[in-house]
Amino acid sequence: MVNYLATVVVTLKQVVNDPQGLTVKSGLRQLGFDEVEGVRVGKHIEVRLTAEDEKAARTRVSEMCRRLLANHVIEDVRFQVEEQDAQVGASR
Amino acid sequence: MKFGVVVFPGTWSDRDCGQVIEQVLGAEVRYLWHKDRDLQGCDCVILPGGFSYGDYLRCGAIARFSPVMESVVTFAEHGGLVWGICNGFQVLCETGLLPGALIRNEACQFRCEPAHLFVERADLIYTANLDRGAVLEIPISHGEGNYFADPATLSQIEQNGQVVFRYCQPDGLVVPAANPNGSLHNIAGIVNEAGNVLGMMPHPERRAEVELGGEDGLKLFNSVVDAMNDILVAS
Repeated sequence: MVNYLATVVVTLKQVVNDPQGLTVKSGLRQLGFDEVEGVRVGKHIEVRLTAEDEKAARTRVSEMCRRLLANHVIEDVRFQVEEQDAQVGASR
Repeated sequence: MKFGVVVFPGTWSDRDCGQVIEQVLGAEVRYLWHKDRDLQGCDCVILPGGFSYGDYLRCGAIARFSPVMESVVTFAEHGGLVWGICNGFQVLCETGLLPGALIRNEACQFRCEPAHLFVERADLIYTANLDRGAVLEIPISHGEGNYFADPATLSQIEQNGQVVFRYCQPDGLVVPAANPNGSLHNIAGIVNEAGNVLGMMPHPERRAEVELGGEDGLKLFNSVVDAMNDILVAS
């Protein structure tokens, strides 16, 4: 089995109002960052897992996203999967 | 008439519900621990307010996978009365027993204050003692009670008449200014199509005694007891 690190990013769908994002945007504007046109706040989730290969890891992570990590009524989800050597995995 | 009150780690309104059921209604209450599957023959299961599992990930997201919820879903699918209040409403949406989702309040603030509710449906077991158009004063207490559904779902909910309560002014006018959290269409509570699963953000158990500011919340509990007693007598 191979060690993988999945990095999952969950954001509110574009059609869903994001009050946190709007508040952060207004904060940035107040600090003088006039060029800021939009902010969306989301979640960053790191999942360490083992799998036969990358394809199997992606299948499992996709299932995790569908069943728990994101609520598909309001959220979009995307993820990356990268191989990790066992030592890095163990120390985290 | 027996009520079940589900207790998750982090639930905080279970005893408030129990107090109303036992001391005010004189009905029987069973606390249903999240790890148990047995609903103990309860006629109505309440999912009370609080922060189940710390509201980690999303409000209600983890609670939905607890053993008790498997039984609650089966119970609901067979027509059992399931009443989600505040966090319980969030759990019901996460579980898929009710459509839509509850997101962060528009103002990004936790709102704990009295709210006025326009009663849209008076034909449900939960509202049988009320009239359509009645106005209830029941407090809210939440940071994530902003009801959202995509346009198609929202239009479906409205067409089906699934909206039970809307935030309104004391005179019953449903206007944006009376909306405390940004909920679409001022939605404060909805029911499933069958009418047995109700989710609402306001806390009726906190307005069930005169000493606590009023009895508008008690009207819902009384409706359930009266309607269920009629059904139990009839069968």
